[in-house]
Amino acid sequence: MSQIKPLHMAEPAIPDIAVSVMDVSKNYGSVEALKNLSLEFPRGELTSLLGPSGCGKTTLLKIIAGLLPATAGKIEVNGVAVEGPGDDRAFVFQDFALLPWATVLRNVAFGLELRGVAKAEREDRANTYIKNVGLEGFEQSYPHELSGGMRQRVGLARALSVDSQVLLLDEPFSAVDEQNRRKFQEDMLELVATEQKTFIFVTHSIEEAVYVSDQIAILLPRPSRVSEVIRPTGFRHKDVANIRRDTEYLDIVDRIWSSLRNYVE
Amino acid sequence: MYLFGRRLPNMSSLIFWGLLWEVVGRLGISFFIPPLSEIFITLFEIIGTPAVLKALGETSYAFLMGVFYAIFIGIPVGILMGQNRLIDELLLPWVNIFLSAPLTALVPVLMVLFGFGMTSIIITTTLFAIWIIILNSRAGVKQINRSLVEMARSFGASPFDAFFKIYFWAALPEIIGGVRIGLIRAVKGVIIGQLLISVVGFGALFELYSSNFLMAHFWAVLVLLFALAFTLAECLGWLEKRVSYYASSR
Repeated sequence: MSQIKPLHMAEPAIPDIAVSVMDVSKNYGSVEALKNLSLEFPRGELTSLLGPSGCGKTTLLKIIAGLLPATAGKIEVNGVAVEGPGDDRAFVFQDFALLPWATVLRNVAFGLELRGVAKAEREDRANTYIKNVGLEGFEQSYPHELSGGMRQRVGLARALSVDSQVLLLDEPFSAVDEQNRRKFQEDMLELVATEQKTFIFVTHSIEEAVYVSDQIAILLPRPSRVSEVIRPTGFRHKDVANIRRDTEYLDIVDRIWSSLRNYVE
Repeated sequence: MYLFGRRLPNMSSLIFWGLLWEVVGRLGISFFIPPLSEIFITLFEIIGTPAVLKALGETSYAFLMGVFYAIFIGIPVGILMGQNRLIDELLLPWVNIFLSAPLTALVPVLMVLFGFGMTSIIITTTLFAIWIIILNSRAGVKQINRSLVEMARSFGASPFDAFFKIYFWAALPEIIGGVRIGLIRAVKGVIIGQLLISVVGFGALFELYSSNFLMAHFWAVLVLLFALAFTLAECLGWLEKRVSYYASSR
């Protein structure tokens, strides 16, 4: 993937769209959670959905995952309409959603187990990803023996091991302590660079979104709509240690905060 | 418990009550209370006799069959109730009624329906045990972490997979708790069944010993039965502890 991104987002120059959301609405009874929301997710990039709480970002993610039906509109993944959960998407949960009665190895292999992969093969693949996320030696541990950060590494390894093209992450680091979260954010950048997958990342942290994203979609609430799409360009190829000192990084954080501050109670 | 600064082992209070019983028994206050030592001697005398072995066999059979049906009907019904709103609303009132109903009063009806035999005793046992098993399995499913269910769905789990790989295991601590209480109730069920329906098994022994004023024999059988029920409950309590490590972290 080229690191050179078009400067103006109005330019129709991003050819390869992995996921497109077209005029999606979602009503809960008479409450409009999402209204005519359209958004495109370029392949191989990480797009953040950022907004104040109650702006429907998790709802949108679950609709893309096929876990919730949309009231109106259409989602396409690689040109195919979404009608439910599918092999082309994998989900990482905010509260990890690990099986407390199963070891790390079985938890990581569980996605493959549900997809009917034979035991030897799925454990082989799971072991690779356990190593990749840095949990080697914990294969036989149980989730309650791990820290929050390690648990989310298990959740991440499970989602990676099914080898879906699209990874959906629902505030994956919000239940993880600050230092682990920073490490995770660095690891995310590496994953995006090496895994060739499309990442859709829900977060409420402005710094986190700007730090990890190729594209940031700002969602505003009641009813939820996309108010702005920001594509940071200058610092994406820089060393992870220098991003937080980059002036563009700081400018974007400021800009997002000034547009969101009115929506914070 | 501490006595004179020393820690006493668990259940040492039983020694005190045993001694009190022995003393009251030796004072000969009532023919109904023979000394405890005599009861235990009688217990060892009769435990190998064909009458007791036969009672033990018949009771175990009725108990195991009754419990088998209670578990293998109760757990799936409970899980289905927890999963499905419609099934829940259809069945929950009945489960609650039967849970608190004096089931002994139903036994004569069962006799009319199923005759004076083993079938009625097994059904009585099942009826005593099943409701709490259903209710606990249901409660276990109700408290399941929603994101576990979503996780299974997002990875394409079939309803069958979800049932056996998520719901059952997530509800297991509650299910085992329900089975433990259910088994204790089943002990009541099987004895009440034997006493009321057809006088077989331990029911027959109680009848025989008490009508002949063989109080030591009567108490011996009772002690045996209490010991069996207690051991059973303790075994399940141990099993419950083994799965409770994840009950708090679901």
